[in-house]
Amino acid sequence: MNLFRFFRPAASAPVARERLQILLEFERKMGSQIDLFAVLREEILEVVSRHVNVDPDKVQVTVDRGPKFSTLAVDIEIPNSGGKVRASA
Amino acid sequence: MGKVIVVTSGKGGVGKTTSTAALGAALARAGQNVVVVDFDVGLRNLDLVMGAERRVVYDLINVVQGVVKLPQALIRDKRIETLFLLPASQTRDKDALTEEGVGRVIAELRAKFDWVICDSPAGIERGATLAMRFADAAVIVANSEVSSVRDSDRIIGLLDSKTVKAEKGERMEKHLLITRFDSTRAARGEMLSIEDVLEILSVPLLGIIPESEAVLRASNLGTPVTICSSDSAPARAYTAAARRLAGEDIAMTIPTDKRGFFNKLFGRRAA
Repeated sequence: MNLFRFFRPAASAPVARERLQILLEFERKMGSQIDLFAVLREEILEVVSRHVNVDPDKVQVTVDRGPKFSTLAVDIEIPNSGGKVRASA
Repeated sequence: MGKVIVVTSGKGGVGKTTSTAALGAALARAGQNVVVVDFDVGLRNLDLVMGAERRVVYDLINVVQGVVKLPQALIRDKRIETLFLLPASQTRDKDALTEEGVGRVIAELRAKFDWVICDSPAGIERGATLAMRFADAAVIVANSEVSSVRDSDRIIGLLDSKTVKAEKGERMEKHLLITRFDSTRAARGEMLSIEDVLEILSVPLLGIIPESEAVLRASNLGTPVTICSSDSAPARAYTAAARRLAGEDIAMTIPTDKRGFFNKLFGRRAA
C-alpha cells in the first residue's frame, strides 16, 4: 500500500501534532498565571521610560513561540534622541 | 468604509472558524484589505486555523479595554499581506467585552479595512450577540442536519432583532453557507437536501462547501483552505462564495475533488 502513499500529498497530521505540542506546552505552563511576556514587556517599557519619553503608539511587541525557546522582541521608537532601542528577551 | 460580516451558526462544530479563515483569505487574495476577528473569548481557535498561534501578543480584549492601540494588536498574515488577524483572549472571559468597547473597535476596523469578518462563538449568549451586534451582513453557517438547521433558525431570529441594524428598522443582509455537504448521502436521502434547508430557513444561498479531506489538512497545517490547496473542491467553493459575498453573480455549483487515475482505479475514500 506504500505505493499509493507515494501519490498522496505529504501527511499533514505530523505538522498538526507538532504545532499543538508547542502551543499546549506553552499554555499549560502558563495556566491561569499572568502571561510572562506581558510582564516582561511592561517591565522593559518601564525601564526604558525612566530614561526617555516613550510614545505607547510607537511600541511594537512581537513574540514567536518555538519548541525549545521563544523570542520576545520589543521595538521602541524614540524620537529626537538617536534612532531606536531594541530590547530582546 | 468597509463591510462588517458576522460568521455565525448557533451550533458549534459546523465550520464557522474554517469558513471565516477561508472567506477572509479568498477576499484578501483578490486584493481586498481584510481583517478576521475572533470573538470566541476564552476558547480562541482562529489563530490556530490561520497558523498564527505562535505570534499572538495582544488580543481583542486588550484593544477593547484600551491597553493597546489597534495596529499593535493586529497580526499580519505571513502569506497574504492584505490579511490580518485580531485574536481573542485565551485567559479572560466574555464579560470583559463591553458593547461600547466592541462598537469602538469595530468602527475603527471598518475605517481601516474593506472587510471585517467576525468569527462568532457558538451559542446565543453574550459573545455571540456581541459578534453580530454591529454587523452589516451575516453569513450563517449550517450543515444539512436537523440540529444545525434548528439552531440557524434561532440565530436568524437574533440577527433580525438584536443587532444595531435591526433595531434601526433596517433589513439585516443574510447569507446561508452550507458546509460539510456530501452529495452522495444527500442523493441517497440520508441528509437534508439543499432545497429542504433553503425552504426551511428562507435565506439566500451563498455557497455549498463539500465535505473534503482538504479542510482537515488545511487546519492541520494552519493555512486557510483557500490558500492551502486552492484547487481543491472546498477551496473553489469558498472562493466562489467570497466572490458572491462581494456582489458578483456566479452560478451555484457544488465543486467536486478531482481524483487521480490511481485513486479512481482503487476507489480511495475521503479520509
